[in-house]
Amino acid sequence: MNPVLKLLLEGGSLNTTQIAQVLKLSEADVNRELDTLKKSGVLLGVRPILDLSREDSGVVRAVIEVRLTPERGGGFNRLAQRIARFDEVESAYLMSGGYDLMIIVNGTSLQKVAAFVSEKLSTIEGVLSTATHFMLRSYKEHGFLIEGEAEENARLKVAP
Amino acid sequence: MDNSKFIAKHVAGLPKSGIRDFFDIVAQMKDAISLGVGEPDFDTPWHIREAGIYALEKGKTHYTSNLGLIELRRAISKYVEKNFGVSYAPETEALITVGVSEALDLACRALINPGDKVMYHQPCYVSYMPGITLAHGVPVPVPTFAKDNFALTVDALRAAWQPGCKLLMLNLPCNPTGGTCDRAQVEAIAKFVVEKDMIVLSDEIYSELTFEGVHTSIASLPGMKERTIFLHGFSKAFAMTGWRIGYACGPATLIDAMMKVHQYSMLCASIISQEAAIEALARGEDAMKKMRDQYHRRRDFIVRRFNEIGLKCHLPRGSFYAFPDVSKTGLNEKDFAIGLLKTEKVAIVPGSAFGENGKGFCRACFATSYEHLIEAANRIERHVQGLAKK
Repeated sequence: MNPVLKLLLEGGSLNTTQIAQVLKLSEADVNRELDTLKKSGVLLGVRPILDLSREDSGVVRAVIEVRLTPERGGGFNRLAQRIARFDEVESAYLMSGGYDLMIIVNGTSLQKVAAFVSEKLSTIEGVLSTATHFMLRSYKEHGFLIEGEAEENARLKVAP
Repeated sequence: MDNSKFIAKHVAGLPKSGIRDFFDIVAQMKDAISLGVGEPDFDTPWHIREAGIYALEKGKTHYTSNLGLIELRRAISKYVEKNFGVSYAPETEALITVGVSEALDLACRALINPGDKVMYHQPCYVSYMPGITLAHGVPVPVPTFAKDNFALTVDALRAAWQPGCKLLMLNLPCNPTGGTCDRAQVEAIAKFVVEKDMIVLSDEIYSELTFEGVHTSIASLPGMKERTIFLHGFSKAFAMTGWRIGYACGPATLIDAMMKVHQYSMLCASIISQEAAIEALARGEDAMKKMRDQYHRRRDFIVRRFNEIGLKCHLPRGSFYAFPDVSKTGLNEKDFAIGLLKTEKVAIVPGSAFGENGKGFCRACFATSYEHLIEAANRIERHVQGLAKK
């Protein structure tokens, strides 16, 4: 794996200056590497991972199971790509099993998510049904545990 | 009443660990960045912790056999054969202990007669010399040097050897130096041990954390199984220091002797830890390799930085310790470490805590986050530059 990418994954929130220091590259080199990764489509972007319950944003998230009519030629792709383009849709995956598309939707209120489902999503030709599940609480986000009380690391400062 | 007169002479004469003194100073510094620890920064992988929880749920709260759970000994036997190339019978040649520390203590107590001489390379882990002394043996240190990347050489062994030397303690890769021996060097040591008719206590707790080349266990060399007690544990490779779980493998007669001491002192290792250790061996390899890869990259960074700063540091082939030479600053290792802690709030351990031959060096553990390593290196750089201006 590309060393810059590896460090992005395991280093958590290292900035480009820090990445450059660790890998003994110039910052320009690191930025160039990141550009190359973006151009090749491996690196889609970098964004912070938040515990939304602490942020007073009132974000409502839902997982929606969508059943679709497949089409000759493209299968589910055209419809899935069309649905994925909505700003409300954070992620979209084609699934095996009882439904076809799983989408994760963000909205500022329950009504807004409901409106998206009833007015936008379910009215698309080819969408057979939707089942919306609202997320109540998050315990882990992208590898980060969300714990009630931050625990003090109990490691001794000096040990043999 | 002065009750100190009741303390056994050999205990009263024992110095307190130099690390302890330093710990007391660091403990008062609230926000110091510590490169002073001797353990992984990772918590035990969850699947291993979960196995410990499950063991409790299932009512695994009883004694085990003195030797330890047979399932664990079987798993260890397989693991050691696969990774170290030496085969031990799980029924008679393996003993589960409370960390490798207990295994070392058992070996010393089972093998040393009062006055027997025990060789060990130095700088070394803090408990070697006291362990020998507590078993009424006579410690015979063998120096290792920066010029050899702290590998133990047979020349140094020969120079230090005296009549009456019965045991040789090895710790490769070594805490605190990160030094280790390549195959040819281990072969030379084995030849010397046979020539002098000694037994080897080989503490290989850092062996999985070997970054370049292959780790060679002295027990795997022809003719060495019968005169080696192989000591290992789960603390470093599987980030399980607090579980206190280790083991000894060796010839049945020696393991049996160690077992006698173990059964009358410790009885058995914690069953919860034993159950978790089974899980570690069964499914812990991926997590272990991931951690090793991270240590590897952190090592490359911190060692490069020490050399850039002007504190000459060899590239440790194993362990998670860098052992830079701080003598160029004009200070001894203690004054340097204390100065660094007071002015820049970075804790590293003076090398002399690990024996005479650690003088002039400090131990910096790189089992900590990149952010801390980057910041610590920058602060050390500033401190060294500040000293040069004085």
